[in-house]
Amino acid sequence: MRKIPDNRAWWLVLPVLLLVAFSALVPLMTVVNYSVQDIFGPGNAYYVGTEWFRDVLRDERLQASLLRQFGFSAAVLAIEIPLGIGIALMMPKGGIRASLCLILLAIPLLIPWNVVGTIWQIFARGDIGLFGWGLNELGLSYNYTGDPVDAWLTVLLMDVWHWTPLVALLCYSGLRAIPEAFYQAAEIDRASRWAVFRYIQLPRLKNVLVIAVLLRFMDSFMIYTEPFVLTGGGPGSSTTFLSQTLTTMAVGQFDLGRAAAFSLVYFLIVLLVSWLFFTAITHMDKER
Amino acid sequence: MAMRERSRSKGIGITVFIILLLTPIYWLLNMSFKTNREILSGLTLWPQNFTFDNYVVIFTDSSWYSGYINSMTYVLMNMAITLTVALPAAYAFSRYRFLGDKHLFFWLLSNRMAPPAVFLLPFFQLYSSIGLFDTHIAVALAHCLFNVPLAVWILEGFMSGVPREYDEMAYIDGYSFPRFFVKIFMPMIRSGIGVTAFFIFMFSWVELLLARTLTSVDAQPIAAIMTRTIGASGIDWGVLSAAGVLTILPGVLVVWFVRNHVARGFALGRV
Repeated sequence: MRKIPDNRAWWLVLPVLLLVAFSALVPLMTVVNYSVQDIFGPGNAYYVGTEWFRDVLRDERLQASLLRQFGFSAAVLAIEIPLGIGIALMMPKGGIRASLCLILLAIPLLIPWNVVGTIWQIFARGDIGLFGWGLNELGLSYNYTGDPVDAWLTVLLMDVWHWTPLVALLCYSGLRAIPEAFYQAAEIDRASRWAVFRYIQLPRLKNVLVIAVLLRFMDSFMIYTEPFVLTGGGPGSSTTFLSQTLTTMAVGQFDLGRAAAFSLVYFLIVLLVSWLFFTAITHMDKER
Repeated sequence: MAMRERSRSKGIGITVFIILLLTPIYWLLNMSFKTNREILSGLTLWPQNFTFDNYVVIFTDSSWYSGYINSMTYVLMNMAITLTVALPAAYAFSRYRFLGDKHLFFWLLSNRMAPPAVFLLPFFQLYSSIGLFDTHIAVALAHCLFNVPLAVWILEGFMSGVPREYDEMAYIDGYSFPRFFVKIFMPMIRSGIGVTAFFIFMFSWVELLLARTLTSVDAQPIAAIMTRTIGASGIDWGVLSAAGVLTILPGVLVVWFVRNHVARGFALGRV
């Protein structure tokens, strides 16, 4: 849309600016302040420059948890995006059946994250949970509290269960916005099912897929509550992701300087990767 | 013929997926109607001794049900604050070009990307120092961190879909900006506002990390209270399940209200 240049629009943005400045800028500055100091108590802090940052970047525990985090987010995107598109393509086009599908699909999204953890904690247990019990009955040895691979797969399955509906709902609304005439034209041209998907549906889904990929990346990269409730980060540290490492450091060990430096590095990684996704996808559009 | 076959296999596919999706929730529901003895004595697909005891515990113990009231209070507060500030801002972003608009928009979005764990400690200190620790408003303000950027993002998408000729026509008719905004513009994007409200509700209702850190007794959310069921005699699975079921209900209610707009609006107005 053609936009009118008018700096008075700042007045409309001002409330948001003040609110976000209060709830984001002040805390962020506090973090920056901590990250360059060694704090022994109130009024007893020393400027240490970039020491904490060097310390954090060399910490092997953090590197391991960063690697786990990237692996998890990559797996989440690789499963949830194609599955979500598939579900959206299968959904009824309208009427009461479509509304019912939408509501049922939205249910996992509306459950508090710790309850999601609780649900899977119960569901995956070998003694009282249907899933864990079922797997054991099938002769598979499955124990998410003892085996690191099982724990990792359970967290991944939980995330797929929790968030694939979001991708599906986004794609569904993108599909509904395609005019019926497009499909009629494709039918006249005797286009195959694949051609319809590749040249009509997929291009039209681009906008919603940008949103889906960005939201899923950001949120999977910040995941904390669900694995914390389900596995507590264990066994060992196999499901300890970045947020949990940070929370342990900041609240558990009260290691303010190091935690602050870690926070900033963490934030910058999320920003950088989101920006890369965004630029890559919008760039693809221009080339076409 | 081929068409009908395809639509049938689609129907089967979606049905199977939804059944798989609902199985863990059914299991929670199943557990919530069982006694603890039945839960621990063996696996049963439905409650043998159907009981409401677990729910009675929650509805009669104020330390339980106050958690629901606390959560509801800060979610509604957050909704009111977020919509009030996000509506004019989204209008500005969708209609005007002004100094630093693109940078400001990206900066807002970058707050949606900030891991809440990063802000845990500073938030705790900030709200403690201004005397808001353990109040509902503290949690509502903290949740603005991720809800305001999201709300501006969604609303801007919806508002960009309304041609600006409507605005100009209203000004010619002698409407002032506030009157035009409330009387004409807001009704036009009401589905967008509905969807935005849904998202705000959703993300505030499901968040635990910040809500738990900023409260201790008076404003403790239900999600934090649930972690207390681990007592001396192990976890009280029945009550825990019942509490879980009750946290799902408000969400189902909200999605029922916006069901007609969900399909159109789920793409944040950018289809």
